[in-house]
Amino acid sequence: MSDLLIVGAALWSDPDAHARVAHRPGERADVLIRDGVIAEIGNLSAPAGVPRLDADGLALLPGLVDLHTHLREPGREDAETIASGSAAAAAGGFTAILAMANTDPVTDTAEAAERVHDRGREVGLADVVPVGAVTKGLAGSELAELALMARSRARVRVFSDDGRCVQDARVMRRALEYIKPFGGIISQHAQDGALAGAAACCHEGEISGRLGLPGWPGAAESVIVARDVQLARHTGSRVHIAHVSTAESVEIIRWAKDQGIAVTAEVTPHHLALGTELVSGYDPTFKVNPPLRPSQDQEALRAALADGTIDAVATDHAPHARQDKEHAFEAAAFGMLGLETAFCVVHDLMVRSGRMTMLDLSRRMSRNPARIAALPGHGQDIAVGHPANLVVVAPDRRVTVDAATSNSLSHNNPWHGMSFTGAVHATILRGRVTAIEGKAHRQ
Amino acid sequence: MARHLISSADLSRSDVEAILDTAASMHDVQRREVKKLPTLRGRTIINFFFEDSTRTRSSFEIAGKWMSADTINLSAKGSSTSKGESLRDTVQTINAMAVDALVIRHNQSGACHQIAGWVDASVINAGDGTHEHPTQALLDAYTLQARLGALDGRHVVIVGDLTHSRVFRSNAITLRTLGARVTVVAPPTLMPAGIASWAQRDGFSWSWDLDEVLATGDAPDAVMMLRVQRERMSGGYFPTAREYTVGYGLTRTRLEGLLHRNPDALILHPGPMNRGLEISPDAADAPASLILDQVSGGLAVRMAVLYHLLAGEGSAA
Repeated sequence: MSDLLIVGAALWSDPDAHARVAHRPGERADVLIRDGVIAEIGNLSAPAGVPRLDADGLALLPGLVDLHTHLREPGREDAETIASGSAAAAAGGFTAILAMANTDPVTDTAEAAERVHDRGREVGLADVVPVGAVTKGLAGSELAELALMARSRARVRVFSDDGRCVQDARVMRRALEYIKPFGGIISQHAQDGALAGAAACCHEGEISGRLGLPGWPGAAESVIVARDVQLARHTGSRVHIAHVSTAESVEIIRWAKDQGIAVTAEVTPHHLALGTELVSGYDPTFKVNPPLRPSQDQEALRAALADGTIDAVATDHAPHARQDKEHAFEAAAFGMLGLETAFCVVHDLMVRSGRMTMLDLSRRMSRNPARIAALPGHGQDIAVGHPANLVVVAPDRRVTVDAATSNSLSHNNPWHGMSFTGAVHATILRGRVTAIEGKAHRQ
Repeated sequence: MARHLISSADLSRSDVEAILDTAASMHDVQRREVKKLPTLRGRTIINFFFEDSTRTRSSFEIAGKWMSADTINLSAKGSSTSKGESLRDTVQTINAMAVDALVIRHNQSGACHQIAGWVDASVINAGDGTHEHPTQALLDAYTLQARLGALDGRHVVIVGDLTHSRVFRSNAITLRTLGARVTVVAPPTLMPAGIASWAQRDGFSWSWDLDEVLATGDAPDAVMMLRVQRERMSGGYFPTAREYTVGYGLTRTRLEGLLHRNPDALILHPGPMNRGLEISPDAADAPASLILDQVSGGLAVRMAVLYHLLAGEGSAA
């Protein structure tokens, strides 16, 4: 049975009006888990036979939720599998991850979605929630079976053609309308294909000019963000902007929220922390879509995450086999790892610097993404009666990232060699410890 | 001098001067009856061309042969991705044959930079995508110096499709290294992103107006016209060839204006030319034109580069 006593952690989650016993954010308490559910909070002594997790000086948060993960199963199991990706997620403090649809075959049917969901349950290290494709085969023209995916046992609510933008405004409009009855949301990869085509691989600016690389102008993102918030307004449906990377997109989202439009947004740790100058050495490890941006964009993203304009941090964890990255920069695959490092980076950059509190972090990395994805049982307050999906973090622990020790099958890790303050100590999924100090624990 | 020649920025002023001095001796060799030097006997140079090139490849090939190196040409057209082989695998296969130098032309920017990190051989960039072409910049400097002497304070104007030009990127660096003043001119659509801060940082000028550059300020000592591909029209970079020529071509009228202000002004073009588009026949064939000198200087400069990267101590020629 999944019983556990967590001793002495500071509890960081939102007070929940419905909880029988609520705590104040940052308050220290012991938490007793019985059968995967939080049974008691307070100054507790261990009942016989219940294992203890000593969390003195550590912090307890609701388990992290990632709205944007690429597992490469089915299709490219050499780069990542649902098992290896789940292990990386558990090591990184995540209890739920949304697996993007751009696998081979694409997740565009109920059957494909259920396979991902079931395999995730079988592995048991994190709840793997499939994202459904918006259009068949991600081709951008005909709607995929959105409602069947929603009705399936995978309970798909988030739809995305990620990797590609839904270019056609009419298709986007129909998709937004169609998902309303079941509370779906479209996560848009905002990239106008005429302004930033397939070759675009570097932020368009002085560095792309000097390096002679095809530029990806910030406007190619913000024109789609502007269009889509208008479509969300027109349809009264929910749109989510994936991996926001520019200050201009942030301005539009801020405006749209002021208008009461149902738009939410995510930012990746790499767009917050890493700048476009990193591509100067043509290292494809730093090639990502959308591209790393200049410092003024990074600063706007940090401010927007702190003030809540950007709702969530999402990793866009994108594992790639080594040979797919060892091409000339333009030909190399887009994407970088992120699950295992997200907490460290965001904690160091945003909390330790004083720009956000630990409570803010738990909202941006757990409560908000869980709500956006309409995930039951995740991102909830630490309160009696709630499922024990939790993460214990060590705010003062110093970590140095080593690409070689990853749980992921891939090594395209842009954080290699960098040090951060703040680490994930243990991850708990329905009362079971799924990872301790970076090592995943299969059942 | 460094082991590789990837970017023109790898070369200090004294490096460039040493190469150009050696090139002058090599140029003398070209005029001998027997052109063979023993300098690189026993060395293997592979000209590895991932993109078509006639002039640059044959120039490197002859340069190597006249210095007694074993030169082998390989072409790997098309992306290696399609064969399932990574660029790293491709070049490491060649590197495993114990070659001394890899002369690389690649259709993608930065490829030579990446390759240099994977191999033991000296890597010489013979043009990478729209990034750089350092030996072209050296031969342009060599050709100009042969006519003008030291380039300090000389004014060179570079005109054309700057966005897609590796010749521009390398020339802007090497000419500045030698103390020349550089002005670059292009229509806004063919001007690289971020040119304003870039130009300021690197100390050159830029303009959208060719006539203003030619008619005001320092009279140019040389004008370098860059090739403009007609396919750029379909990309929406400019509407018609005629409109491009009117705005940015070295027409007969502009040539007359240029020579009126400076009778000794020179004309360069890295080739291949689009006669009638960026350069009129009057300009290409004028006494002021150094276009064929560039080709013969190219050979001498490439011999000099091979010498400095591969030969070690001893006299060049």
